[in-house]
Amino acid sequence: MTDPCEEALHELYHFLDGELTESRRSLISMHLDGCTTCFGAFDFEAELRRVVAERCRESVPEHLRLRIAALIQHERYTVDGRASE
Amino acid sequence: MADQATFAEQAVPFMDSIYAAALRLTRNPSDAEDLVQETYLKAFRGFGGFEQGTNLRAWLYRILTNTFINTYRSKKRRPDETEFDEVEDLYLYRRLGGLEAATVGRSAEDELLDWFSEAEVKDALEALPEQFRMAVLLADVEGFSYKEIAEILDVPIGTVMSRLHRGRKAMQRELYEFAKERRLLPDDAVAPAGATPRQSAHAHKGERND
Repeated sequence: MTDPCEEALHELYHFLDGELTESRRSLISMHLDGCTTCFGAFDFEAELRRVVAERCRESVPEHLRLRIAALIQHERYTVDGRASE
Repeated sequence: MADQATFAEQAVPFMDSIYAAALRLTRNPSDAEDLVQETYLKAFRGFGGFEQGTNLRAWLYRILTNTFINTYRSKKRRPDETEFDEVEDLYLYRRLGGLEAATVGRSAEDELLDWFSEAEVKDALEALPEQFRMAVLLADVEGFSYKEIAEILDVPIGTVMSRLHRGRKAMQRELYEFAKERRLLPDDAVAPAGATPRQSAHAHKGERND
């Protein structure tokens, strides 16, 4: 017999990554509903990931956004100009 | 075939997250700006070859990571690449999870937000060797699937999974070092999950009592 906790923890990342089949996923969900130890670990990992994603957000500097828009505009214009000559 | 006239409209909404990824990869704002600019110009020029209706975001990230690999990545291997697969699973949880469980009415997320500043999370990610950093960034920050990451980085899915596994563990070790440095924890407290009271974390917050 395999230990259900060990099995769940083994698939923790695949579960959080949404990479399990529906049947594996529901088996693990059921286990988590009844096992506070595993739920604690899963919850911690899920929240850690949320915090990492949240902390790594950035806004592109306005001058860069404008510069890229201008470069693309310029390229379109010159390419179109060449084409119509 | 995608029409270049619609490029800006379609691709510009992803610029914030492309810029964030460029910052984590290059680890410096000026290179990050150049990398984003180059990515968008290459994408614009190649947009005719992009198949409309497929994943534009993944396509942009593929251009981003290829450009980074070819242009900006450091030439020599970092010395720490070999030494970092020693960490056990649930590394951070086994050390911090027990502390968190003792605080009533606080979610794990609230606790983690307290523990790790924006600069620390960014530093922990940026400390990873490039291959691992790219995988963790694409999965955990950008939310791409294994298959998408495999296509973006042009490696097999098994490689994606192993880089993610090792990269995440190494990042947890890095975060734990920050927590220790800030004296948020008793020295080297390896707490069995759920067993350690949390008062030491509170008592040490924001003060240095040696």
